[in-house]
Amino acid sequence: MLLKIEKRAEYSRVMVYLTPIIALALTVLSSVILFELLGVNPVEALFQFFVAPLDTKYEFSELFVKATPLMLCAIGLSVGFRANVWNIGAEGQLTMGAIVGSSLFIYFPETESVFLLPAMIIMGAIGGAAWAGIPAFLKTRFNANEILTSLMLVYVAILFLSVLVHGPWRDPQGFNFPESQTFSDSADMPILLSGTRLHFGTLLAFLAVLGAWMMMARTLIGFQVKVIGEAPRAGGYAGFSQKKIVWFTLLFGGALAGVAGLSEVSGPIDQVLPSISPGYGFTAIIVAFLGRLHPVGIFFASLLMALTYLGGETAQINLGLPVAVTGVFQGMVLFFLLASDVLVHYRFRLNTARKVAP
Amino acid sequence: MSGFEWIVPVVLTVITAATPLVFAGIGELITEKSGVLNLGVEGMMLVGAVSGFIAATVTGNYFLAVGAAALAGAIMAFLFGVLTLSLMANQVATGLALTLFGVGLSALMGQEFVGEPVQALAKLDIAGLSDIPFIGPIVFGQDALVYLSFFMVIVVSWFLYKTKGGLILRAVGDSHDAAHSIGYPVIAIRYMAVMFGGAMSGIGGAYLSLAYTPMWAENMTAGRGWIALALIVFATWKPGLVLVGAYMFGGITILQLHAQAAGLNVPSQVLSMLPYLATVLVLVLISKDQSRIRKHAPACIGKIFHPAA
Repeated sequence: MLLKIEKRAEYSRVMVYLTPIIALALTVLSSVILFELLGVNPVEALFQFFVAPLDTKYEFSELFVKATPLMLCAIGLSVGFRANVWNIGAEGQLTMGAIVGSSLFIYFPETESVFLLPAMIIMGAIGGAAWAGIPAFLKTRFNANEILTSLMLVYVAILFLSVLVHGPWRDPQGFNFPESQTFSDSADMPILLSGTRLHFGTLLAFLAVLGAWMMMARTLIGFQVKVIGEAPRAGGYAGFSQKKIVWFTLLFGGALAGVAGLSEVSGPIDQVLPSISPGYGFTAIIVAFLGRLHPVGIFFASLLMALTYLGGETAQINLGLPVAVTGVFQGMVLFFLLASDVLVHYRFRLNTARKVAP
Repeated sequence: MSGFEWIVPVVLTVITAATPLVFAGIGELITEKSGVLNLGVEGMMLVGAVSGFIAATVTGNYFLAVGAAALAGAIMAFLFGVLTLSLMANQVATGLALTLFGVGLSALMGQEFVGEPVQALAKLDIAGLSDIPFIGPIVFGQDALVYLSFFMVIVVSWFLYKTKGGLILRAVGDSHDAAHSIGYPVIAIRYMAVMFGGAMSGIGGAYLSLAYTPMWAENMTAGRGWIALALIVFATWKPGLVLVGAYMFGGITILQLHAQAAGLNVPSQVLSMLPYLATVLVLVLISKDQSRIRKHAPACIGKIFHPAA
């Protein structure tokens, strides 16, 4: 072979920051080919995808609206991924958070207390955490693989949501549509900026970013998460409990995903519908990796992924491109990122070694 | 014989529900036996399903359709191989990426085919025996892919335990360093195993879009790829048990349809939860006994191989 891959003596710090950019460049390059194949002018398509959605103040604020659930979910997932706990069921935890949180409003719709929304947010966190607690319990007690159990519970949560909105939670005045009544003012997320949909949930997401940053950098539990992830044996000798970390990371991730779900239903959606997320919980996996599992990275990565949602909608309206392009785009980003990550720990060398003559 | 007529249609639907799982499970089994964990089964199934469907609508030829599905699945698996085998990316993350990418790609490919009808894969009538009551339609009246799925289980068992190739594959999965030092091309063998897994997942997906419900819908696999992954743990990496597990899950999937027909007063969604809950339950029951898992799981599963020299 002409090229050989050689392990670096020490991982490359430069590459850690550079590979997301390389991945994005490769994704844009490939999407040029994709747009050509779909018969659209690539320059025009890229413009519609990445520039047009940021035209006005309103659209710019929408970027943060879309980034909010991604940020919350990805922050939660990243802490787990750091410890090699593979919770991929954030979508289900988001759904359960939305259900449990909004149950307060559904069963007490007349409440006008200022404490209603805070209580709903807390219930949302509890709902998400409880749902993530199932894989944690099954992992620590029975060794069941958390990847598969957390994912299976996504389907269960979505079906449960469907049972509710098609049955007991259906709005009696709703002409039999499968949707709840719209939330009252005291159950709504306050709008931060008039004329936009920017809501209190976005602040919660910022808080989560800051909080997770502090936690990972400054607290014992953050340290334990990192040690268990990078050197489980060393963690064991130091007396850190693997089980405790499994519990902690899953509950933490579930709680944040739950808050994300609640902030969607009492924010932009304003009622409970059969479908409350276009896969935010799954896209958050991409966000977490693209952000290098670091809160600051995740902040920017979630904005970028939010842009692909907006861009997908704009491109659909203006160019007639299918919405599915967004999904392909998001998948490609993660692919290229994982591929270029080889550069962090390895380097390519021209293979100069000659075969020895017999 | 009256009173038992319901058995035949039930068994027939169980078979159609189980067949995609048999394909995906047996393919991933080979992948895992070589020491590679590919969590992208769901994505490969979806791309296989849409490719098979498109080929069937465009050409009308079902050989081509199944071939296209297998090829599409293998190409997806090849991508996975490039990342994890050549570029040494994390297998768990790459598998997730493959699924996310497959969901998007299949939706994009199939967007003009949503809701289009296609002729269901023809049921065969082997030796004209499918008219025999009871066993006729079940044993002699299936479509070609059902027979292929059983055939593949037999071939894979035979390959793994009765051939030199199977021994090498298992050696690579159990100790890639040892296999490498005796001179076996670990990476090349894993590429083949991964692509075989992709091709089988592709066919499993195509079974959904061509036979189970002859149509294309976004995300139509509905988690079957993940259930197939759980099946392998359930089967403790044994081909025969993959088949048994697939039929068990097929039975659970079908239960909901018949329970509804029987007028059971439970929301349909609750019954639809059953396969997912059953998967969790099965994982718990099997994983409880870690020594059994450790004894049967390929020792190198999920580990990156980078030859030192």
